Amino acid sequence: MRYNFTKSNRNLALALMGIGVIAIIIGFLTNPHRTWASLLVNNFYFMALSLAGTFFVAVSYVMQAGWSVGLKRVPEAMGAFLKFSAVGMILIFIFGHNDLYHWTHSEIYEKFLPDGKTPNPDFDHILLGKHGFLNIPFYMIRMVAYFAIWVGFTWILRNESLKEDLEGGLKHYKKSFKFAAIFIPLFGITSSTSAWDFLMSIDAHWFSTLFGWYTFMGLFVSGLATMCLIIIYLKSKNYLENINENHMHDVGKMMFAFSIFWTYLWFSQFMLIWYANLPEEIIYFKTRWDHYRVIFWVNFFINFLFPFLVLMSRDAKRKMKILMIAGIGIVLGHWLDVYLMVMPGTMKANWGGFNPIEFGIMAGYAGLFIYVVLNALSKAMLVPQKHPMLKESLAHHL
Amino acid sequence: MSKKTVMAVYEDDYQVVVGAKKLTESGFKIKDVFSPFPIHGIDPVIGLPRTRIATVSFLLGSTGTMLVLLGVWYMMIHDWHIDIGGKPNFALYKNLPAFIPVTFEFTVFCAAHGMFLTFLLRSKILPGVTAANPDPRTTDDQFIIVMEVEEDKIAGIKGLLQGTGCIDIRS
Repeated sequence: MRYNFTKSNRNLALALMGIGVIAIIIGFLTNPHRTWASLLVNNFYFMALSLAGTFFVAVSYVMQAGWSVGLKRVPEAMGAFLKFSAVGMILIFIFGHNDLYHWTHSEIYEKFLPDGKTPNPDFDHILLGKHGFLNIPFYMIRMVAYFAIWVGFTWILRNESLKEDLEGGLKHYKKSFKFAAIFIPLFGITSSTSAWDFLMSIDAHWFSTLFGWYTFMGLFVSGLATMCLIIIYLKSKNYLENINENHMHDVGKMMFAFSIFWTYLWFSQFMLIWYANLPEEIIYFKTRWDHYRVIFWVNFFINFLFPFLVLMSRDAKRKMKILMIAGIGIVLGHWLDVYLMVMPGTMKANWGGFNPIEFGIMAGYAGLFIYVVLNALSKAMLVPQKHPMLKESLAHHL
Repeated sequence: MSKKTVMAVYEDDYQVVVGAKKLTESGFKIKDVFSPFPIHGIDPVIGLPRTRIATVSFLLGSTGTMLVLLGVWYMMIHDWHIDIGGKPNFALYKNLPAFIPVTFEFTVFCAAHGMFLTFLLRSKILPGVTAANPDPRTTDDQFIIVMEVEEDKIAGIKGLLQGTGCIDIRS
């Protein structure tokens, strides 16, 4: 069965995109500095969702997972958004780097003012030390490399899966397995380094060795929650009738487990910095504690306690409604988490509460994401037709 | 009429499920199934209720959390203030991040060990207790369905289980 991308859904997505465009225009007219930060938040967040889709597909292949075959077209379709977020990320960096990343300012690397005698008050000794890594050409090379790897492997895995639908046999499965096995270590490295580049380098003086895993966990758990929501939506429209509560139980378990693991990493990072209390490290949390305390707490409750308590019991994971509530919580919560990583570094103390522009841009990105993902879903059969483990997936029972 | 214990011996876990299904469908009540390992999908067939070990685990974990917080509060805050890493505080909640690792560990400790002990107690597997196992081979490579039926129905059971892979019926 194929998904039918109805006109009303298309219009809804286009309307959301319209809101986004208006929000971006108003944002650049009123507060361009903040608009760049909101663009980065949303672009990174929706990039993370689609990257999690590709990662899920790759992990399923490498683990030779059978249960997820019936729903694997959903994470595959989520990966289709990556190329759009790639364009967005590159444009944001090219045009917004002065607003977002302090290390891209060239004057901070000069010891003296142009006259050669007066010391430069903006000279930044720490960033000069990091200049070998954080410089614009190398950053651009890295960024292009990340997206080349991610988009490339997404395309390969999707393409093999579509070919398998037509030809069958084990050939495409084995090929996908190999490419997935190559992708995972590459992803392991690039997910960490890209987190340093896109998010950690906003606070370029500060660093945390845990940051890459922490971002990766947020990425994966919000991607799983999105996948869960898309499946529940499709099921409510009478698609994917073979995906039952046993499959959703597994998805729910992963959401539950990785929410806890996210918290584990979040807390490990927080506690070490809190305990050591070194000025150059604590500044990261001090900014967030002093000016963003509400988000700081909401982030903790909605991403840890909420899924922890809601998804704990077996029955909760087998009920679509509860899964949907938990999924919505996680999706919104991790948006806040990205928000908390970007905004304090850009806006510092001048935050002053949420701005409708941020939500407008979020709506725009959500519209584009919905459009691209549903469009990709409608382009192929909703259930892989000739996957060697399809039978195992349909008979999955817990 | 007096009841007699009937044991159907199998050598394959899948065949046990098929046999048990056949028996319950014909109205026999299965007392228990002995197996060297958990058999997937047998619980609803022989009418076992859902395990309550998850609830026990939650309660034990919560007990652990509260116990450890009480202990930490008494030892580190109330009885004698201990200044570690320049964080002397006279309130538990202000020092809480430092105590989260131990709270986590003790919660897991209580939940895991408590569940283990609960399971042993509930299954009556304790030192000195004679095993309720009808045949030691069910701890190795055999499976036994145990039933209690009236004497005149034993022949019926034999007929039912013919061809389900049952290798022996003892009564």
